[in-house]
Amino acid sequence: MDKVADKQEREGSLNGVGCSRKRKEDARFIQGKGNYTDDIKMPGMLFADMVRSPYAHARIISINKEKALALPGVHAVITAEDLKPLNLHWMPTLAGDVQAVLADEKVHFQYQEVALVVADDRYIAADAIDLVEVEYEELPVLIDPHKAMTDDAPILREDLVGKMEGAHSSRKHNNHIFNWQAGEKESTDRVFDAAEVTVSQDMVYHRVHPCPLETCGCVASMDKINGKLTVYLTSQAPHVVRTVVSNLSGLPESSIRIVSPDIGGGFGNKVGIYPGYVASIVASIVLGVPVKWVEDRMENISTTAFARDYHMRGELAADSNGIIKGLRVNVLADHGAFDSCADPSKFPAGFMHICTGSYDIPVAHLNVDGVYTNKAPGGVSYRCSFRVTEAVYVIERTIDVLAQKLGIDKAEIRRRNFVKKEQFPYKTCLGFELDSGDYHTALEKVLDAVDYKGLRREQEEKRAKGELMGIGLVTFTEVVGAGPSKSCDILGVGMFDSAEIRVHPTGSVMARMGTITQGQGHQTTYAQIIASELGITSDEIAIEEGDTDTAPYGLGTYGSRSTPVGGAATAVAARKIKAKAKKIAAHLLEVSEDDLEWEVDRFKVKGVPGQEKTMKDIAWAAYNNVPDGMEPGLEAVDYYDPPNFTFPFGAYLCVVDIDKDTGVTDIRRFYALDDCGTRINPMIIDGQIHGGLTEGYAVAMGQEMPYDEEGNLLGNTLMDYFLPTFVETPKWETDYTVTPSPHHPIGAKGVAESPHVGSIPTFTSAMVDAFAHLDVTHMDMPHNAFRVWKQIKALGLLDN
Amino acid sequence: MAKQAVSFTLNGKTVDVLVEPRELLIHTLRENLNHTGAHIGCETSHCGVCTVDVDGESVKSCTLLTVQAAGSDVKSVEGMASADGLHVIQQAFVDEHGLQCGFCTPGMLMRAYRFLQENPDPSDEEIRWGMSGNLCRCTGYQNIIEAVKTAAKNLQQA
Amino acid sequence: MIPSGFEYHKATSIADAIAKLRDNEDAKLLAGGHSLLPMMKLRFSEAPYLVDINGIDGLKGISIDGDTITIGAMTTESELIRSDILQQYCPLLVEAAKLVADPQVRNRGTIGGDVAHGDPGNDHPAVMLALDAQLVIHGPDGERTIPANGFFLGTYWTALEEFEILVAIKVPALKSGTGHGYNKLKRKTGDYAVAGSAVVVEMNGDIVRDIRIGLTNVAPMAIRAEAAEDLIRGKRIDDVLLKSVEKAIVEVCDPAVDLRGDEEYKSHMAAIMARRSIIQAIENAKE
Repeated sequence: MDKVADKQEREGSLNGVGCSRKRKEDARFIQGKGNYTDDIKMPGMLFADMVRSPYAHARIISINKEKALALPGVHAVITAEDLKPLNLHWMPTLAGDVQAVLADEKVHFQYQEVALVVADDRYIAADAIDLVEVEYEELPVLIDPHKAMTDDAPILREDLVGKMEGAHSSRKHNNHIFNWQAGEKESTDRVFDAAEVTVSQDMVYHRVHPCPLETCGCVASMDKINGKLTVYLTSQAPHVVRTVVSNLSGLPESSIRIVSPDIGGGFGNKVGIYPGYVASIVASIVLGVPVKWVEDRMENISTTAFARDYHMRGELAADSNGIIKGLRVNVLADHGAFDSCADPSKFPAGFMHICTGSYDIPVAHLNVDGVYTNKAPGGVSYRCSFRVTEAVYVIERTIDVLAQKLGIDKAEIRRRNFVKKEQFPYKTCLGFELDSGDYHTALEKVLDAVDYKGLRREQEEKRAKGELMGIGLVTFTEVVGAGPSKSCDILGVGMFDSAEIRVHPTGSVMARMGTITQGQGHQTTYAQIIASELGITSDEIAIEEGDTDTAPYGLGTYGSRSTPVGGAATAVAARKIKAKAKKIAAHLLEVSEDDLEWEVDRFKVKGVPGQEKTMKDIAWAAYNNVPDGMEPGLEAVDYYDPPNFTFPFGAYLCVVDIDKDTGVTDIRRFYALDDCGTRINPMIIDGQIHGGLTEGYAVAMGQEMPYDEEGNLLGNTLMDYFLPTFVETPKWETDYTVTPSPHHPIGAKGVAESPHVGSIPTFTSAMVDAFAHLDVTHMDMPHNAFRVWKQIKALGLLDN
Repeated sequence: MAKQAVSFTLNGKTVDVLVEPRELLIHTLRENLNHTGAHIGCETSHCGVCTVDVDGESVKSCTLLTVQAAGSDVKSVEGMASADGLHVIQQAFVDEHGLQCGFCTPGMLMRAYRFLQENPDPSDEEIRWGMSGNLCRCTGYQNIIEAVKTAAKNLQQA
Repeated sequence: MIPSGFEYHKATSIADAIAKLRDNEDAKLLAGGHSLLPMMKLRFSEAPYLVDINGIDGLKGISIDGDTITIGAMTTESELIRSDILQQYCPLLVEAAKLVADPQVRNRGTIGGDVAHGDPGNDHPAVMLALDAQLVIHGPDGERTIPANGFFLGTYWTALEEFEILVAIKVPALKSGTGHGYNKLKRKTGDYAVAGSAVVVEMNGDIVRDIRIGLTNVAPMAIRAEAAEDLIRGKRIDDVLLKSVEKAIVEVCDPAVDLRGDEEYKSHMAAIMARRSIIQAIENAKE
């Protein structure tokens, strides 16, 4: 075999970066041997169920537990009164507020947690919650965030009366949480005053829920003999949970083990720390036996972790050629009853200031006010970095409005305003440094692929016939990989992440990370990174995550941070091992390190064929023959604090046909080009993109959490809440370009959220485009048939 | 309510359980018989993660009383692989990346298992209709459709 | 979501089922269970005693005798879809069944349960009206057969008397010159209709000799759009006539408002679905 073929074969056998390696995790899932939280069974385990408020705002007059306690098989009914002596009736939120664990004198939203019932099994627990008698006195309800700060608005948070300094800013009303601004107000206003053209568009980014198929749950087990608390929990951030539980319980972190077993989808739903977890842990500590609590679907949609609910105004100032001169964004953010946003940044509106998008905008101002309402608390990033979906939506919608006003094609206006390839790294006027990008190439590739001009011609013909066809276009830039600890922390812990790699004597590897997979395939892809770095086949590299007793501290998986941060830590830890391996190789080959070169899986002495040591040789030597003064073994740990975020981008195009009779939309075509930098596993990337697009489709076209005026959540089962099936889901076309991140060790940027972030405004862009010739500039989501039909009717387009 | 003795066949073996009449088959399988492959997702018979095969038909086991399964032949994902290895459909899901978090997978596989007997050579559209009782939040279904097609092809060759 | 406790009895015969209904206060029948059990799990519905009528001989199956097709009440949606008899002689039922819920639910859900539950969102009641079906009912006083027209009285309210059981449905076999259509607008697979319409026409050349229009989920119960039928009967269909038919249908609708739409939308969608079904029915009557 010649040298080149030999090298290629060795490279191929690594199953490293760039190959579509089949997933390591699949074997257990396809055989029903996954281990999800509700699959866990412990001796003596009891079941918990939650008594919840039917009212959105009410005072609790009394709680009578007697009938419930009298039911055979019921062990305890826990209320706020029981938690008070332990000072656990309220808990701190990740956003600097407090949240009631169990309602303390008042309920603030429908389905709020009022009492935890613990029983022998889930059937008895379900019967017992019906027997807990709670007397309420209803209070006036606040649902509309626009009315939150009026003089006659009801006072929601009595615990905050008189406390006008909030966690992020001073508060101007008792229902006000914070005001946050980025950019320069005065200079932006001046640009607007002097601009040739300005546009302004109001839009509601409606409240939605991530709704993974597995709901949230936990099994808490206090071992009183050994003083150790073990909690199996559906968490995207188990180490953070351990820190919070330690702070709440007073137990040292070394006495707490949090395990995230297999997770049935997260999408942001499983970042937060919910009352059910805390109450179950207390129950286990009090009763001394394991306690399982698992939400049902209604509880999941109603209480844990809504997303969005941003009421936005986007404004652009430009010249008559459509060159953008300034951006103003104003947001009223509905945070619900408690500010329990799972926001890992130091900014109260997360990364909303990425709202300058892919464009070279000289000046901008962003203003965000957060308010309380009688809705469920939460605020999570549903398959996106915190508030990035909102930011991308507002800029992509507003630039379309500008294009429409100026009569410029929406592809052309983007071309004119893109940050150019040679401008990277590019500092945005709101403070980010975009690491790399090639927006023009991405856009042109998409336009060519779909024959954009042909589509526009077809649209003209259809419009002439009175048919509704829309073409949506979005060129987004995300910010992911939270993040540099100067900008990001959770409860003061910096947003680094970690990897610990051990190379065993025979050259196989065990590696553990601080992140936690929820379907992204970490067991497969982290191994590919290590394989390429160390020249060990990925089939001999085992990856473990999610057990705080064994994994190094990490901040978890959300906001597309696993590859940008955890993946970076993995590469850097592997490089530490490789550096040591090189020393050992030099020792074994009796040459200087400078005489060595790396090739796939071995160090070779430059210019001396046959003089080489494979990583397997070196691993063995690391345990029996190391240079003098070197400690034996071959392992490394890296805690990686990224120097910057990464900025994946893409260009998406969507074609819709709308049935004028019914308002039903057919997604005829959706073309998604993503640039996530270096591609670790193309098969997995494609899968992530399909999934993200489908979730984006769900949000844009159907998901909603409407409340009536009494604060009742309408539609909290899967009858109403829109999870598209095989039948509704469009067929996706994917494409890519590769623009590596210059600061990431392997150039990767993260990918799984781009399709969600990018597709949602694309759908809206297409829907609006179908009506753009009738001077429609915006339509709020969800674009379900009913709402679209109302638009058709309002425009007088109905046949009768 | 008094418990009742119920016997049925699970993956070819007779099982005997003692259940309240209201106990749902999914709970019996998961809690009583430790077959935790089928999951609970929506509880209102929309998501299909609890799908098992009962007497030759796909059924959502969250909406069947265990007492109703008396005498039935129940198959679950745990019975799919044999001593010879993975079932062709299982292998196709791996090969086509037809799963991510894995939560819907056991139900999806059991539905595909029955669907491909009902329709051994389905078109894309027939797969979409025939599998529409199973939700997936991760894959966008596209690779599951590929997996079902691959499985169909391999089953016919087998 | 766990149902309250109940006693369970697997009926051995129709008579046994009727006796158990009579002897146990508030007892309910358990057919396919895909309406009842979710309601019980949500604790919107409680039953201290369930009479399971799955497995009773004679409640299942599809047969044809002359011009009449008889369908056992416990015949599942999947069995309707697979039936050669129905595909040939009553394809309307096959098409409607295909639009009910999803494959697994269709394996358990029965035509009798769908009809007798009295849910205006169920698909078969409107189909029964369009087919002019006859419903065979057993009760403590014996058997009676009544037309589907008049059976649906309100939400969860039918002409079934206490302790009565719907045992079979009789529908006419398709004659030459008759056509049918079912159209259903729904938000997604598995959902009830925003609006649906089943139509059967009898043609005489291109004149509509007779027509029956059933509407799904746009009133407290499935309804016939009789005023619209009167407009069409004896006429040749054209766009002008269809417009007035649509108006007549909108007027007869009285839908509940929910997330599927408001009254105006649902009523208009009923008209659109009916129009499509009428056109479809006339088309396939010609074939």
